[in-house]
Amino acid sequence: MEHHHDDHDHHGHHHDNRYSDMQARVRALETVLSEKGLIDPAAIDAIVETYETKIGPRNGARVVAKAWSDPEFRAWLAADATAAIASLGFTGRQGEHMRAVFNTPETHNLVVCTLCSCYPWAVLGLPPVWYKAPAYRSRAVIDPRGVLAEFGLVLAEEKKIRIWDSTAELRYLVIPERPAGTEGMNEETLSTLVSRDAMIGTALAGAAT
Amino acid sequence: MGFGPVSPEPNEPYFHAEWEKRALGLTLSCGAFGAWNIDESRHARENIPPATYLSASYYEIWIRALETLLERHGFASRTEVDGGHRAFEPAVPKRVLTADLVAGVLARGGPCDRPLESTPLFKPGDRVRTINSNPETHTRLPRYARAKTGTIEAVQGSFVFPDANAHGHGENPQWVYTVVFNGEEIWGQGADPTLMVSIDAWESYLERL
Repeated sequence: MEHHHDDHDHHGHHHDNRYSDMQARVRALETVLSEKGLIDPAAIDAIVETYETKIGPRNGARVVAKAWSDPEFRAWLAADATAAIASLGFTGRQGEHMRAVFNTPETHNLVVCTLCSCYPWAVLGLPPVWYKAPAYRSRAVIDPRGVLAEFGLVLAEEKKIRIWDSTAELRYLVIPERPAGTEGMNEETLSTLVSRDAMIGTALAGAAT
Repeated sequence: MGFGPVSPEPNEPYFHAEWEKRALGLTLSCGAFGAWNIDESRHARENIPPATYLSASYYEIWIRALETLLERHGFASRTEVDGGHRAFEPAVPKRVLTADLVAGVLARGGPCDRPLESTPLFKPGDRVRTINSNPETHTRLPRYARAKTGTIEAVQGSFVFPDANAHGHGENPQWVYTVVFNGEEIWGQGADPTLMVSIDAWESYLERL
């Protein structure tokens, strides 16, 4: 990276240290844009707070729990996921065009964006680093079983695997299979069994405990 | 293989450094200027030199692309960021994202579906072949899925065409289809026999078989 004047770095070895380099670079960018009246630092705080506290995988878990509990909602989710998900209050940025894909005893679904990092923010929040990194993006489409094994998930040999490469503006939410032994659980309890990874497809829903 | 194993981080935090929070907020704030669209933004990220792209964290990729866009559209130059202060009067944005607007902007998102009077050329079940095309410009047809034979699974609606929109050539909406390929069609000998991969393809990516 090009040299810049980093008077915030007190460690003296910052040139190949991406962390401190970026810290200074981004601070400088924010300063320049603020001086020009182009950004409101408080808006940045509000964006960060939204994704730290309001929009995250608990949203998606509520969708899944309702799909497990309510056959009408499940049918709606299959037919018009955007509207069904919006009915729970989850809308907006990177959730404008939703599709729900359902795991079955025959088929396991896995979502990737090989081209960049498209991800259903409205239901899962910000994507994890591995989802945006080259290893996952390149290998999910050619060696999904190898990738899943790295998550500790080994599927039966005969199970079909369907990869959804998010190449357009549709955003995919995996609805995992409902675990055995969860009959009679309410939606709130069911939602605690649904991890972020289960809704990407790199995990299954948790077992009832 | 390729980029090595995926390394999921247990209990991964939303951000790994303070600057990542600012990078997210700056990117969204500058997107609100209305000076570029998501396709131009993706293209700016793709055009980071490959060695840099592959070694950068995703928020670093965002910041590098953001600097390109700010410079291209007359808002701020890299020289200004190097110096840490404003040096010239910026272009006038359509809007500045202030804190009070954040909730509304995130909740609205940026829908990319557009009405289209024509009827879709393809229907579910049709056999199609993706085009073989290697443009220097932006495209959302992944390289691994070019010149491959697959089946239309769904007509997903009509959407802004990124290949044109990224370069200021208008939205030119087209029908988008989910196209499914057998693993063997894409990866050839040794492909996982249980693998199916789908992409979402704009109509002009497809030829009837």
